[in-house]
Amino acid sequence: MSHQIVLAASAVTNSGGEAVAFWFLAVVSVAAALGMILTRRAVHCAVLLAIVMLSLAATYAMQGAPFLAFVQVIVYTGAVLMLFLFVMMIVGVSAADSIIETIRGQRLWAALAGIAMLVLLILVVGHAAVGSAPPAGPQNGAQNVTGLARLIFTTYVFPFEVTSALLITAALGAMVLAHRERTSPRPTQRLLARRRVASGRPTPLPGPGTYARHNAVDMPALLPDGTPSELSVSEVLSGGGAAGIRPAARAMLGGQAQAVQTQAVQTQAVQEAPLDADQPDSGSQEDER
Amino acid sequence: MSPAHYIALAVILFVIGGVGVLVRRNALVVFMCVELMLNAVNLAFIAFARMHGALDGQVIAFFVMVVAAAEVVVGLAILTSIFRTRRSASVDDANLLKY
Repeated sequence: MSHQIVLAASAVTNSGGEAVAFWFLAVVSVAAALGMILTRRAVHCAVLLAIVMLSLAATYAMQGAPFLAFVQVIVYTGAVLMLFLFVMMIVGVSAADSIIETIRGQRLWAALAGIAMLVLLILVVGHAAVGSAPPAGPQNGAQNVTGLARLIFTTYVFPFEVTSALLITAALGAMVLAHRERTSPRPTQRLLARRRVASGRPTPLPGPGTYARHNAVDMPALLPDGTPSELSVSEVLSGGGAAGIRPAARAMLGGQAQAVQTQAVQTQAVQEAPLDADQPDSGSQEDER
Repeated sequence: MSPAHYIALAVILFVIGGVGVLVRRNALVVFMCVELMLNAVNLAFIAFARMHGALDGQVIAFFVMVVAAAEVVVGLAILTSIFRTRRSASVDDANLLKY
């Protein structure tokens, strides 16, 4: 089904529909690429990169490369980008670039270098005799995969075999680099229990505010007195700063809970005290989780 | 559409990726900009393949994808090991090999 769609897309070539699709995809991909270097948060960057990759996949399909269009979606958008997102979860979703320039005038010189490179490349391409494309043959349609396979396993068979060596080396390298040697002995169950009791909070941390007001994990749970519990939201989601997700969630929580919170602070100072006492322990709790 | 349009689009995307590599300092974002540059080159290869009416350019683009996947795997492994010791993903913090 989808193969037929891609074949139909490659049949669009050399017609008016291709121009419309090209300009749409070009504008979308260039805008997303510009957004990639302008947005500060790495997650937004990954999503914009997914947009660029998907529009490039459509461009490949338009140019009579249906196999590579599928490989682009599966390998890049599916595997590579997911790998990026997994590493982003390890490094921290809230990782945003700092605005301070460590090298003076770095952005200015980078922009100048980019413009110079653009002018250079456009001049080179403009001087080259790029003719018009011949009409799409059978190698751009139903025989695309067989044609590619014939080339890979005859003319390019040696690079193909070298590629397998490269992939094995990359897998081994990733395993060696990501492996962590344990430098301290593994904590026993007794040690973990003792540490947990000594930390002052023997119970697990409260869960997020599922079904309290909203079923998102970044919504804080409401305590019995109506105040939102800060401990119930993971530090990764709270972002730990002005760029975090939590302010949006707090805004969605609405003014009602805020009013309840201020009222509770005024009237029930006795019940607030243990909540405040728990706050400094949150770091050690996060380590243990 | 002539292949020149696609090549111009590839040039623009390549330059944007290059500027991103120069400007951004989060190592993850730098990697993503490198991926953008590789994708732009793939687009140029496919446009050239169409211009010549042959499939060789598509084969080269296929190999570029394989190499890019291997590069991402190793690069992200290095990134996680650096993050584990330095607690930072900024390219400015890994400066012990600088001088």
